[in-house]
Amino acid sequence: MSDNSQTTGTTWNCYDAATMTAREIYGRVLSDLSDKDPRIVGLSADLAKSTSIAIFEKHAPERFFNVGIAEQNLMGVAAGMAKVGLIPFASTFAAFASMRACEQVRTDICYQNLPVKIIATHGGMSFGAAGTTHHCTEDLAIMRSFANMTVVVPADGIETANAVRAVKDLPGPAYIRIGRGFEPPFYENENYGFQLGKAVEVHPGTDLTIIACGITVLQAVEAAKSLKEIDGLSVRVLNMHTIKPIDREAIMKAVVETRRILTVEEHSVLGGLGGAVADVIAESGKGCAFSKAGLQDEYALVGYPEDLYAHYKLDANGIIEQVRALLKVEFEEDEDWNDEV
Amino acid sequence: MPLTREQRLALHARARDLRKDVVNITAFSGGAHIGGGLSSMDILVLLYFHYLNIDPERPQWEDRDRFVLSKGHGAVAYVPVLARRGFFDFEDVRTFNKFGSPFGMHPDSRRIRGCDASTGSLGHGLPMAVGMALGTRLQGKTCKTFCLLGDGECNEGVVWEALMAAAHYRLTNLVTIIDRNHLMIDGQTEDVMGIEPLADKLAAFGFEVHAVDGHNLDALAGAIERAIEVADQDLKVNGGLKAQAEIRKNGHKPIAIIADTVKGKGVDFMEGQVPWHYGAVDSGLEAKALASLDRYYDAIFAAEGGSNE
Repeated sequence: MSDNSQTTGTTWNCYDAATMTAREIYGRVLSDLSDKDPRIVGLSADLAKSTSIAIFEKHAPERFFNVGIAEQNLMGVAAGMAKVGLIPFASTFAAFASMRACEQVRTDICYQNLPVKIIATHGGMSFGAAGTTHHCTEDLAIMRSFANMTVVVPADGIETANAVRAVKDLPGPAYIRIGRGFEPPFYENENYGFQLGKAVEVHPGTDLTIIACGITVLQAVEAAKSLKEIDGLSVRVLNMHTIKPIDREAIMKAVVETRRILTVEEHSVLGGLGGAVADVIAESGKGCAFSKAGLQDEYALVGYPEDLYAHYKLDANGIIEQVRALLKVEFEEDEDWNDEV
Repeated sequence: MPLTREQRLALHARARDLRKDVVNITAFSGGAHIGGGLSSMDILVLLYFHYLNIDPERPQWEDRDRFVLSKGHGAVAYVPVLARRGFFDFEDVRTFNKFGSPFGMHPDSRRIRGCDASTGSLGHGLPMAVGMALGTRLQGKTCKTFCLLGDGECNEGVVWEALMAAAHYRLTNLVTIIDRNHLMIDGQTEDVMGIEPLADKLAAFGFEVHAVDGHNLDALAGAIERAIEVADQDLKVNGGLKAQAEIRKNGHKPIAIIADTVKGKGVDFMEGQVPWHYGAVDSGLEAKALASLDRYYDAIFAAEGGSNE
């Protein structure tokens, strides 16, 4: 490709990006960024290899700190480092970042509005066979509730590169949630206008809008293509990579133009992407058929992620089924509200 | 260098005035953590009026020493110390606990000038202090980070996570001080959840432990000076990154100071009394407390040879 140098940094190319996992890309981007910014330090809690921050450790060993299996201390230490002017990137599994160290993230990092960047891997059910202890389907709801926090769920490795670069210079904290590393790539290159807090329309449509994040973006687009072919439906897909601050404008545009919205997330339907979108729709007062795909207030089974995504209707087939169901939902029409928007 | 008699007398006078501030704040704020505030006052005074390399004109000065009040409920002592050290006017403290005040029961670093960390939830301060010390050492700075913990606070598991990390990284530019006042909300520490043998535990975790009388300024000063000496020796290795690797390999053990104190120190009817962890005082009790402090300091100054200034 002609824009190789634009893709995931200057030292490796698009082909590399397509064959690397999101967390490997994260490790590489962080290493590249650290060459230009001496404030960057990396931390992990005995998951340097598993989260691929070990790539940074190898790159800049003096600037990497392993605190052992101690996630609360991980977040507290990161806060202290931010207090003296460093930009700490702290990586562990999403379950431990958001729940074991929950209060440290909220009180030490968010309350003091410190520029700690939490890159949480193994989000959702991506560590499927490990079971509920290692799944994390609550983190978006938790992190979203903390004032000052920015929450990002990249669709793939390429978007992870964009997200890591974007949060580096944020004056406050950020939480980036990625998977385990076996997720298929979605984007071909980085030049699609990534901007924190701005959804990306990845498939055009007017009959219904699917709002997705993370691995479900690719599945939603596959579903939209099939629905076009099979049902002749025009389904818009938004990649809502930033859960907070949520893109209210894109949501309202979808309400007005398609009047039916399905959110799809690898997360509980309580408080995450679906919750954030629901807030915006409810506050608008506009009629809209709405449904949330995700875990319905339950803990996921054990299994390979692809089997779990199918079971919980988060793959293309499951999304197609839920789109068809949502198209049958009736809602109160309001003759006037087109004029009001 | 040991404290001179003049320095000691000046510090005692400062501590006396600040203990009175604590009583006053407790009275006008409607209630405060007075017991633990009084137990830690001599430690705070020695740090803020003798050892800390800080500048009230430049509270964000990058090379300053840091202080983290891990026992954040000690704000009733910490806030007047910052005021009297010149970070803000003591008159500002009159809003303590009131609507919208920068000063509540636990310190807020974003609103209090000179406060290096927001604390209050126990076990959070020491990890942040570890991060500050690791960070400044990486930056090649020679400043130190001092952290004051409560003894009950040491029940928190994360305290031991942080201690483990401090010893692992040979973090001698961190000085850990524990206000061992023997009491927590529900009673004696050894009845509620025993932490003894505390010195042995800290030593086993890789610390050089100094157990001293937390109200004896000379004893406290000796332990703090030893900590500063060790930190300076380690930090002499030039260059941030090089120092980092070198100290990790060959540095000293970090210092932990167990300051044996009395909760409510200086106010006779509060000393060692469990209910005075948190309390309110009316004008009658306030006068009684201030009179008790005068008697306490009269005895100290009498022992020093009569001077009270």
